[in-house]
Amino acid sequence: MTIDSIAGSSVELNDEGFLTDPAQWNEDVAVELARREGIDPLTERHWEVLRFMRAEFEAKGTGPTVRLLGKTSGVPVKELYELFPKGPAKLAAKIAGIPKPRGCI
Amino acid sequence: MSDSIEKVSIIISKGSLEGIYPGLIMANGARAEGIDANLFFTFFGLDAIHAKRLNHIKVAAVGNPGMHMASLVGVLPGMSAIATHMMEKKMEQFDIPDIPEFMELIGDTGCGIYACKASVDLFGFTKEDFIEQVNDVITVGEFYDIAAGGEIIFT
Repeated sequence: MTIDSIAGSSVELNDEGFLTDPAQWNEDVAVELARREGIDPLTERHWEVLRFMRAEFEAKGTGPTVRLLGKTSGVPVKELYELFPKGPAKLAAKIAGIPKPRGCI
Repeated sequence: MSDSIEKVSIIISKGSLEGIYPGLIMANGARAEGIDANLFFTFFGLDAIHAKRLNHIKVAAVGNPGMHMASLVGVLPGMSAIATHMMEKKMEQFDIPDIPEFMELIGDTGCGIYACKASVDLFGFTKEDFIEQVNDVITVGEFYDIAAGGEIIFT
């Protein structure tokens, strides 16, 4: 657990770099987290996915797996892997400030 | 030894439902974690990528202690179909994709998908018999090249 200063605010991250408190997230934090993951700039398509993930988390308490993301976000799986090359659900969750989704499919 | 797994190559050698799914789940799961992955289908595993057969994969009802059902019951005509149907209904409930949909998904994740040349020759198949997600028909040597530097999982 580390406390990081991101985009001017104090943000707590767990060992894997995920926000421990989703409420500490804002769009500037997202931009910085994305930059650290090698995604720069965040395009509108990226934001579509990020907003979707936060909405899912708010509605269901957990983020979606890649398959669910591909089926319900309007962004197909192939494109998800282009936008977020290393594990889209995991990466998008990290940048969106929500916990890592737990699911096998 | 590094801390994380960077690449995994999974061999699928069985043609039953329960023999095929673990490999597919591991390949898709690897890609979801950002791990490079390859699938290598050999022997009866080829059924999972054969365009005409992948819709008819069954659960083994005979000689399968995991079924918790006596083989004497399992040999009865229709038992395999019933067992398969029950399993498929359950999987649908948990939103586990059927094999054709799963192969499409795995292909979209950028996983390498290969057929074993020796088995393809043995069964008299050609690349045209397979689903479009299959990258190539390769030899075991070529598989080792592709798998080099990563983990190899045999299922």
